[in-house]
Amino acid sequence: MSSAYPTTWRKPPQMVQSRGWRIALAVGAIVYLVLAIGTIEVNWARVIAGMERAQRFVAGFLQPDFTTRWRDISNGLMESLTMTFTSTVVGVLISVPIGVGAARNVAPAWVYYVCRSIIAVSRALQEIIVAIFFVALFGFGAFAGFLTLTFATIGFIGKLLAEDIEDIDEAQSEAIRATGASWLQLINYAIQPQVMPRLLGLSLYRLDINFRESAVIGIVGAGGIGAALNTSLSRYEYDSAGAILLIIIAIVMMAEYSSGYLRKWMK
Amino acid sequence: MLWAGWLACVALFVWCWERMTERTIWAFVWDAPNAAADIGSRAFPPRWSYMERLWAPLWDTINIATLGTLLGIAMAVPLAFLAASNTTPSRLILRPVALFVIVATRSINSLIWALLLVSILGPGILAGILAIALRSIGFIGKLLYEAIEETDIRQVEAITATGASQGQILTYGIVPQVLPSFYGISVFRWDINIRESAILGLVGAGGIGAQLNSSLNMLAWPQVMLIILVILGTVVVSEWVSAKVRHAII
Repeated sequence: MSSAYPTTWRKPPQMVQSRGWRIALAVGAIVYLVLAIGTIEVNWARVIAGMERAQRFVAGFLQPDFTTRWRDISNGLMESLTMTFTSTVVGVLISVPIGVGAARNVAPAWVYYVCRSIIAVSRALQEIIVAIFFVALFGFGAFAGFLTLTFATIGFIGKLLAEDIEDIDEAQSEAIRATGASWLQLINYAIQPQVMPRLLGLSLYRLDINFRESAVIGIVGAGGIGAALNTSLSRYEYDSAGAILLIIIAIVMMAEYSSGYLRKWMK
Repeated sequence: MLWAGWLACVALFVWCWERMTERTIWAFVWDAPNAAADIGSRAFPPRWSYMERLWAPLWDTINIATLGTLLGIAMAVPLAFLAASNTTPSRLILRPVALFVIVATRSINSLIWALLLVSILGPGILAGILAIALRSIGFIGKLLYEAIEETDIRQVEAITATGASQGQILTYGIVPQVLPSFYGISVFRWDINIRESAILGLVGAGGIGAQLNSSLNMLAWPQVMLIILVILGTVVVSEWVSAKVRHAII
């Protein structure tokens, strides 16, 4: 152990140096909190009426009803799962060239800016808002959801892949360049082996995220299990809603554990 | 073997694609470019005069995100200490329970929480705040307990060696080490919550999403355009703020 231990303990440095500013910030924070909490309007009569529903919901969660609405649930689940898989595959396929184009060390400047702006647009727009538009354009159902998730996947994978390519070990690409390799050969032999494991890990992670999102975009009409959840809640069928939520939690947990396991196994 | 795996993937993809599109009405899909052009021509220019009715919902949206984040932090911090294997009081019972709560709250989207809470508490920003808070627990809890598990054991041992109590070990050995990542995580989550609270109004949980919903229902595309521009602006500003703060901390 070569590092020398510090022999004294000092207070960690303050974030704001001047004392006056610290007090001003604290006062500002308190004023904000008072104002913000003041804007909450609670209709207590409504809340008390809602408590009975809350009880029914908890009861529904403890005794989920899988059978009465099973057709809706299984349809929605099927839609969600197929949507998740296809959109992840297509999204990853599209985002690989975009990710390569958005890496400063392998792409020319104009390609870099085009790809970066595609990524920025895809990341700035919320999935739900995109879903609303795609439902308006392509009609209700899973196809709009598929497009939404694909669109969101491009921004996510593209950005992380581009950062990965920018972080690679330059020595290997130098070596390949020195052999007089073309650009495609450079990508294939110097870049691809370095980023492939990460790309697979990211795709699995995105599969997981896409499933969670597919449970939500159904609320605005883009198909999947969210639509079933929305219907059962608006019909006050809390036992079916509980069943759907339990299914969602179970699948997300399964996906999380198996993707963690797979990523470990691939390393 | 590798080829068989790829083949299976392709087959799965084709099957999923067939399943997914069997109820798609392709006439709508082919008509989409026309529909897009139509909506686009209606949405321009955005109706700027509508802005004066957006300030109050925008303020509500920011409040939902901020108060929701604070509430989420308040609930996530104790959970994180229960879930971290080096600070948990009982590995057999409390740790699995805390881990379950963290995973369960993370797997339910804030929009779904909002849907539930609106049907229980009625529409309004309270449902939004609670939805954001519940969703944040899992995120903050997970990142924070990982940070706690990564703390330097030597500092903790040094403090234990002075005969410190459990509480003193926490406050002097562990908390100072995780404080920077705690601030980073909180600001990061606040930034995400600004995005999420912008759409909670779609299901009735207050904020600017409610305006978006009513404008969509009226097919008032210039207003929709303006609202989306406002949401984008807010998101950009919050991202800038959180990047600045994180830069100042780390």
